[in-house]
Amino acid sequence: MTTTIIWTIAIIAILGLVLALVLYFVAEKFKVVEDPRIDEVEKVMPGANCGGCGFAGCRAFADAAVKAPNLDNNYCPVGGNDVMKKVAAILGYELKEKAPMVAVVRCNGTCENRPKTNEYDGATSCKVKAALYAGDTGCAYGCLGCGDCVEACQFGAISMDPATGLPVVDESKCTACGACAKACPKHIIELRNKGPRGMRMYVSCVNKDKGPAVKKACAAACIGCGICFKTCQHGAIVFENNVAYIDYTKCKLCRECEAMCPTGAIHGVGFPKPLDKEGVKARIQERQKKAREAAAAAAEAAKLAAAAAEPVKKEENNG
Amino acid sequence: MAKITFSMGGVHPNDAKIAKDRAIEVLPLPQTVYVSMAQHLGAPAKPVVAVGDKVKTGQVIAEPGGFISAFVHSPVSGTVKSIAPQKDLAGNWMTHVEIAVEGDEWAEGIDLSDTLVTEIPEDRAFILDRIKACGVVGLGGATFPTHVKLNPAPGSVAECLIINGAECEPYLTSDYRIMLERTKEIVIGAAIMQKVLGGCRCVIGIEENKPEAIAAMGKAVSELGYKNIEVLSLKKKYPQGGEKQLIDAVMHRQVGSGGLPISVGAVVQNVATSLAVYEAVQKNKPLITNTLTITGDCLPVEKQHNYLFRIGMPLSYIAEQAGGVPEGAAKLISGGPMMGKAIANLDACTVKGSSSILYLSEAATRREPESNCIRCGKCAEACPMGLEPFLLNKLARAGRTDDLEANAVQDCIECGCCLYSCPAHIPLLDIIRQAKGQVMGIIRARAAAAKAAAEAAKAAEAAKK
Repeated sequence: MTTTIIWTIAIIAILGLVLALVLYFVAEKFKVVEDPRIDEVEKVMPGANCGGCGFAGCRAFADAAVKAPNLDNNYCPVGGNDVMKKVAAILGYELKEKAPMVAVVRCNGTCENRPKTNEYDGATSCKVKAALYAGDTGCAYGCLGCGDCVEACQFGAISMDPATGLPVVDESKCTACGACAKACPKHIIELRNKGPRGMRMYVSCVNKDKGPAVKKACAAACIGCGICFKTCQHGAIVFENNVAYIDYTKCKLCRECEAMCPTGAIHGVGFPKPLDKEGVKARIQERQKKAREAAAAAAEAAKLAAAAAEPVKKEENNG
Repeated sequence: MAKITFSMGGVHPNDAKIAKDRAIEVLPLPQTVYVSMAQHLGAPAKPVVAVGDKVKTGQVIAEPGGFISAFVHSPVSGTVKSIAPQKDLAGNWMTHVEIAVEGDEWAEGIDLSDTLVTEIPEDRAFILDRIKACGVVGLGGATFPTHVKLNPAPGSVAECLIINGAECEPYLTSDYRIMLERTKEIVIGAAIMQKVLGGCRCVIGIEENKPEAIAAMGKAVSELGYKNIEVLSLKKKYPQGGEKQLIDAVMHRQVGSGGLPISVGAVVQNVATSLAVYEAVQKNKPLITNTLTITGDCLPVEKQHNYLFRIGMPLSYIAEQAGGVPEGAAKLISGGPMMGKAIANLDACTVKGSSSILYLSEAATRREPESNCIRCGKCAEACPMGLEPFLLNKLARAGRTDDLEANAVQDCIECGCCLYSCPAHIPLLDIIRQAKGQVMGIIRARAAAAKAAAEAAKAAEAAKK
């Protein structure tokens, strides 16, 4: 009886030892060497796995960041500079800080501004609606209002405003991951810089049609008049395909374009004071008048100079 | 004997052919027409007239913009007012030629008489040229250029020409009316196409709910005495008029995934196309007219019409001629209730393939609120392509394009049987169609990339030598 028990214990113990050895050697042989820094980087990531950086998740980002020679192409928009500083510290790379961004809805086609021309009763999805037809308003470029962006946002930062029928971005929650911009079939949502103390300018329209057609479709659209382009002194406005676009890297937030826009398509957000439209307009007109006068004077002077030079030439010819 | 129909899926909506006894009337000309440059599948046509030009009816105003494209002719005589983008049916911009109508003077060389020309030209190339020059496109719905379809790639042999007179879409009666009123022309058109395809068998397939058309066509075939043409009565089932379904019904052959009908030896042409081919080849008359039905469940029978229209007529003009939009109409559709497109813009103009203006009441078009899928499988049972719409719907919502492709979403013919049969009112078609577009885009991009890679490899090889 006792011998049986002893034998059993002994055999099992030996078997355990042998198997442990086998396991040990197998583990040694097929060991996956992973950079320990990947774990460290992953620990400081936000952990949302949103894909805003372009990778499948935070671990994939960490893996890529560790393998990359620098951090130029790897940036976590959700964590922002704070997280990236930590990542840079772990990896010993230099960090190029980026200005914080925010999703901006570039359409102001509210129910009031942009009357409906037909009724849509298909599946509630912007993707489906965009594939079917131009939309239920006269504008073929504007917001379709089915809320694909709301569904795409993992942070609950976008909601539809039932009064306007347009999506509203909650700045405090928006992480600028860009999921909404990707989900929008009309490419209305753009990631733009948050601006100093939240002040920023943008054109709230992407309609590429010509003026009269646009005006008919929507009261708040960019009609492509080009006044803002002529007004801007900083070269920040790009004017292409009948629609203006403000380059936020060049914009100096002077709000002159906003004051001059005839349809109110240019929006200024986050400014402490409301825009003194008439004042700014008067200032611009004064400046333009002066410029015109200066140009006229210069032209006159050139003419005079030419006239003065003429007789001399003639004399030379005669001589 | 079991009645002939396709083997898989299908639904049985009420056929509602209310306008079937209304004879075809010719619409008077409007003051202005807007002729779209995208009246066919493929590349849009390129205008060849300039603003201010005088044009005659039947004169070429645009030439093909690519291999798969077609000529467009002026439907009226008058002056070209503008060549500019106008909104089409869906509200998208498309180049239109605007012509102010002045009289109705036809271009030379067009036979306008009513005499029936039964003699078929011998020269195959001549027939194809005529069909191409007259801008004939498939009038069954897809508006695929007919000359391309009738000229299959070398190596493929047409064994059977199927003339599609199924008209399986509810409400529509324009094909039915032309089968009654232009019977002989259709048969001659079929014989012409039969000749082009090398004298194969020709079957005119008509659904059993149109016995008068079956009788009339049968009589015309025997009277005209062409060989190897027969009229076949088909069991009524939607979507019998689908190309692949009709081939299945008539020839009992299935076209493979991504395959063309010619791969099983079939060529399918609509009866209206057959009529257009007759007019093009025998009369040299370009495709500038077609028949359309004004119908709907909220329109009294006496207000329903079958009209012979010219292309480019504004839909609003046609609606007015027919007595205006009825009060109870909640939805206006161009085409049938199953596959037609809702009209978002009544100022849009008719194109070669226009087949109807359909007024449907609130009750007929209302969408019930969507509820959860209960996996009853009705959609899979109804799908004539053997797909699983419930699965495709899930995959599409999750954005899994690889799995969608593996489950053959690209084979969907957008017939709407799944949506029609779904007890949970899930907008299956809406979602699957969008996913199909996405997957088709991926497949095309892949093919283009493969082609580019092959060409690059070829170039590299040539450089080596």
